[in-house]
Amino acid sequence: MAEASKMQVSDEVAIQIQAMNKWYGTFHVLRDIDMTVRQGERIVICGPSGSGKSTLIRCINRLEEHQQGQIVVDGIELTSDIKNIDKVRSEVGMVFQHFNLFPHLTILENLTLAPIWVRKVPKREAEETAMYFLEKVKIPEQALKYPGQLSGGQQQRVAIARSLCMKPRIMLFDEPTSALDPEMIKEVLDTMIQLAQDGMTMICVTHEMGFAQAVANRVIFMDQGQIVEQNEPKEFFSNPKSDRTKLFLSQILGH
Amino acid sequence: MSDAFFRTEITPPSLPPATERGVVKWLRENLFAGPFNTILTLAALFAIYTLLRGAVPWLANGVWKANSLQECRDIVTASAGEGATGACWAMIRERWHQFIFGLYPAEAYWRPTFAFGLLCAAIAPLLFAGQKRSLLAILAAVAVYLALCLPLASAPAMAYVAAVVILAALTVAALIRPAWMLWFTGLFPGVVFFLLWGGSIWHPVVVLLGFALVFIAFSVIAARGSLLLAALVAVAAFLVIFFDPFEPILHLLDGALGVFTAGPVTLAPGWRDTLPLLPQVSGWLDGQLGWGIPAIGSDEFGGFLLCLVIGVTAIAFSLPLGILLALGRQTDLPVVKMICVGFIELVRGVPLITLLFTASLLLGYFLPSGTNFDAVLRVIILVTFFAAAYLAEVIRGGLAALPRGQYEAADALGLDYWRAQRLIILPQALKISIPAIVSTFIGLFKDTTLVSFVALLDPLRGVTGAVRADLAWKGIYWEPYIFVGAIFFIFCFGMSRYSMYLEQKLKTDHR
Repeated sequence: MAEASKMQVSDEVAIQIQAMNKWYGTFHVLRDIDMTVRQGERIVICGPSGSGKSTLIRCINRLEEHQQGQIVVDGIELTSDIKNIDKVRSEVGMVFQHFNLFPHLTILENLTLAPIWVRKVPKREAEETAMYFLEKVKIPEQALKYPGQLSGGQQQRVAIARSLCMKPRIMLFDEPTSALDPEMIKEVLDTMIQLAQDGMTMICVTHEMGFAQAVANRVIFMDQGQIVEQNEPKEFFSNPKSDRTKLFLSQILGH
Repeated sequence: MSDAFFRTEITPPSLPPATERGVVKWLRENLFAGPFNTILTLAALFAIYTLLRGAVPWLANGVWKANSLQECRDIVTASAGEGATGACWAMIRERWHQFIFGLYPAEAYWRPTFAFGLLCAAIAPLLFAGQKRSLLAILAAVAVYLALCLPLASAPAMAYVAAVVILAALTVAALIRPAWMLWFTGLFPGVVFFLLWGGSIWHPVVVLLGFALVFIAFSVIAARGSLLLAALVAVAAFLVIFFDPFEPILHLLDGALGVFTAGPVTLAPGWRDTLPLLPQVSGWLDGQLGWGIPAIGSDEFGGFLLCLVIGVTAIAFSLPLGILLALGRQTDLPVVKMICVGFIELVRGVPLITLLFTASLLLGYFLPSGTNFDAVLRVIILVTFFAAAYLAEVIRGGLAALPRGQYEAADALGLDYWRAQRLIILPQALKISIPAIVSTFIGLFKDTTLVSFVALLDPLRGVTGAVRADLAWKGIYWEPYIFVGAIFFIFCFGMSRYSMYLEQKLKTDHR
């Protein structure tokens, strides 16, 4: 599968999270999160539902606001400064569980919209880039269709291509395969594996443990808003340290 | 004995039995499906028969040439016998121009006639953006309409020249780049104002230039930094051009200090005499190179001309205002939100007629004193506000119907608020709201007849009332209402059909 030599991790820090806390009202969703992601790392975050893993990655591009601590993405600290937020968002791509493609635009328009309006790329050039990435996710022939005409797996690959068109330095995946039929999961995972091989910094919330073993260089297990355990995948799966992790792994790998 | 079976011949397909196909099947399933259904069908047939028995002779005996209702009746009696009824369309034939133009001077009928043709050409690129065929078809229809109607309205030669120039330019635009047609749409308010109200050409020209100036000031400053500063400068420029912004302040001061001094405050320095700039500039230009057509006051407008002027203007302005109000109601900015909610609830909570009655009073409070507001303009502003409040709620419904993921995806791509709204959120929210928006527009258009309450000559009560007050047509009842109703129906049905077409065209979800 993935060749380790192609997936170099540099020393450059991509994301730095320190003593971060977040509450929904009085509910403490994220507690004392400390996390450093270096450029080129592929991190898989797993954990039971409600453990705060989606909230954590949504804090990284400030779809959710944190109340305490510090998040620095690509050297920019996330505060309420709207300019910083937009800058971070244009450097960080995000793929959602439900794709969130724009149904009123064609696939090509979905891909070129942000480059044209945010990056100010000329239309012709944006379309060339879009076609390049559509080739990459293997659906160039769908360019002029609307999202509603595509299968779930194709839509998710379009969503990945849409993020890539902004040439992001970091990609966030929020349960990208959870809403897909089993036979479509593979096509999306293949795309993600290819992306990892190209050296993209990725943080991926997923329960696809095969994917974690194949490409992740670190697996993070979360429960009750905290990071319970993190380790390299081999060690994480073969020799989990905490009881909570063991229980979780036995439940998802048990059958 | 075995169950094994094999077929040697294929049975050819045949028609279903006679009772299961064609007209018989349809009748049986739709009209006589059971005893209850049969009774309903027979009752409905009887109702239709009764209706037609009354209406058909009335329509068939219709009289088109007569000078009074009595003459009509005599003709009907003479031709169809004693006791026969007949429609008296002669009234329409004699008074149709009042239904269309109100008291507008007859020698100037060509002006609204021309304006209506140009209206169709101006809204075409909005309704059929970029569709060359539809655009050219509309331009052709406008050309035919003008070629037929301008001579009937005895338009001066200059109108033909203008019509040919405008239509030729628009046709070229439609062929080369349909988006260019929008320039004419932008200029159209000035054109129609000049045509309908007349007066000096410089007035609308300077107004358009003033708006252009405000817009340029806004975009230049917005492009190099602060949106807020740009908005402030634009508002200031707008006030200086169109109003005298110091007037209300001094007025307030006068009111406040007047309590103590019991006399007018004289704070006005001489340079204020140059404000507002608009009448000064247009007056000067008029002095240099005066040209225009006879001025016609708003009090001479009436009939469908009045309805269209109010309806079209209010529709055009209420949509953007409604969108802004809907967005304002959804923002996190508490002050903006409060103002929008207050406006929407206040305007929606009060009958339109109340608003129309208090128009002069209300606008007198909000606008600088001394601004002498035209009655029609006043009504237009209020109808716009009224429709905008309703539209705001309709559009809010559309916004609420969008999944949160759309907002998140737009945010995650780094689009700022206005771009996200314009490119992602509003196109979808408005598409969802099309039926309700068009419903509001239809309601608005029909509500324009309410202007009769503020002594304007609407077609339904104003003109019909005037006609029925005439001794010759006293007692006529059905004909004017049917005529007015039919014209309203044409416009409203057109809007309804267009909305269905638009929904079909914008359907991309393939559900």
